[in-house]
Amino acid sequence: MSIDALVSKKSEWLKGEGSKANVVMSSRVRLARNIEGQLFYDRASDEQRDGTRRTVSLAVKRLERFSNAFFLDMRDTSDVDRKFLLERHLISKEHMQDVQTKGLVVDENEVVSLMLNEEDHIRLQVLRSGFSVMEAWSLADAIDTELSHHLPFDYSRKFGYLTSCPTNTGTGLRASVMLHLPAMVMASQVESLYEAISKLGLTMRGFYGEGTEALGDFFQISNQVALGSSEMDILDNLERIVQKIIASEESTREEFLKKKKEEFEDRVFRSFGTLKSARIITSGEAIKLLSAVRLGVELGFIKGISTAEVNEVLIFSQSAHLQKLSGQELGRYERDVKRADLIRKKLGGE
Amino acid sequence: MKCDLCGKNDATVHLTEVVNDKVTKLHLCERCAKDKSEEMHSHFGLSDLLSGLMDFGPAIENSAEAIPLVKCAGCGMTYQDFQKTGRLGCGKCYETFEKNLGELLRKIHGADRHIGKMPFKGESVLKDQEDLKRLKNDLAKLIREEEFEKAVLLRDRIKELETKLEVKPE
Ligand SMILES: [Zn+2]
Ligand SMILES: [Zn+2]
Repeated sequence: MSIDALVSKKSEWLKGEGSKANVVMSSRVRLARNIEGQLFYDRASDEQRDGTRRTVSLAVKRLERFSNAFFLDMRDTSDVDRKFLLERHLISKEHMQDVQTKGLVVDENEVVSLMLNEEDHIRLQVLRSGFSVMEAWSLADAIDTELSHHLPFDYSRKFGYLTSCPTNTGTGLRASVMLHLPAMVMASQVESLYEAISKLGLTMRGFYGEGTEALGDFFQISNQVALGSSEMDILDNLERIVQKIIASEESTREEFLKKKKEEFEDRVFRSFGTLKSARIITSGEAIKLLSAVRLGVELGFIKGISTAEVNEVLIFSQSAHLQKLSGQELGRYERDVKRADLIRKKLGGE
Repeated sequence: MKCDLCGKNDATVHLTEVVNDKVTKLHLCERCAKDKSEEMHSHFGLSDLLSGLMDFGPAIENSAEAIPLVKCAGCGMTYQDFQKTGRLGCGKCYETFEKNLGELLRKIHGADRHIGKMPFKGESVLKDQEDLKRLKNDLAKLIREEEFEKAVLLRDRIKELETKLEVKPE
């Protein structure tokens, strides 16, 4: 499988399935691991880094789950390829730089991926659609255990899994949930949410597109503490709080529907109308409008389009995806035109 | 709300750190946040951002003398090196700088002891790789000594290992 084969594939995590997909876009679990006796990435020479990557690749290949996986040398990728992988949530920003010795493994269904030689030797990620933190964890846990039969992970009894940055020490676990909170944004409840979240050992941050402005309605919430709590406790805490946020978004939506239904409808249908007619559209505007359309679909205002389709448009209308789909590099203007074309086509516009 | 660092742009990135029930909030503009972390846009951890902003404990203010210039036996790093980069050099660093790191970990996580999963210490791949290296050396030696019969046996074992370690075409 090549990177191009990934392009038109529909990622599992965009399916709009899983519980509470009306509010939760995706859930992710990430584990940081290093190989005992080998210098951490930052300190190692390129030769040592290459050796580590080879060793880890061999171990990964011994796992049944990865028999049809896609192994990629990051140094073989172009700028657009890397942006595409970032948009697809398969790599981090950090993994786009100094690619000489970096690697990426993606399993067949695009559920599990491993960044090799990111900040740590291994960054194992499981990404699922909807509110599925526990499901994501149990898969990550199983793969991690299996890998540990082939590789000795850096671990101390006192500090747990040893990582390059002390913010990950302990469980090496970071779980996160991407939430769609349009009603809470409209009701100006998000600022106080930031406040509340921080007191609970979690972090919240906005979702950014290509530009510099925060794109209102999407937020990522993740655990901040990795040491001193068990994996289950960390996940439980995250799950409990996210449940409350979901409930609050849902009740705010209901309230709007009762009191100001027109305000909701107006926003949804104006956005839908613009997306179905626009000839040129920036990524920032597209995300804002698609957020409103997603809300319209979730509330049943818009029929004949599924959450999965909106999710897909959100990802596929990003710059690198557009360029991979059209098989060439595009300037800003051409991208904005292509983006408008793709969205009109997908949303049944003129 | 203006950015805490430059005070010019609007803050769009909000960060919080909880230490002993004390909440530290940071509001940054996109540019300053970007400067602090290449990872900002991704769905990934805040490690970079945190390490960039974190106060690495009283050690820094108490000047370098407070910490003995111990070098990690595993990677040659000193704690001062770590303070500059925010990245440790190897697993042994955790033993070498146990005291300072323990303090730092308590600041970050509110704890300094792991409760949770333990790895199975498997080594099959590393062991096979080392075996292969060793057997190849032995083979060379046997050939030099013209022990061809033994060499043939060894060659079969090497082939076996090589198949096992074979990287599938990508
Ligand atoms: Zn600033
Ligand atoms: Zn070290």
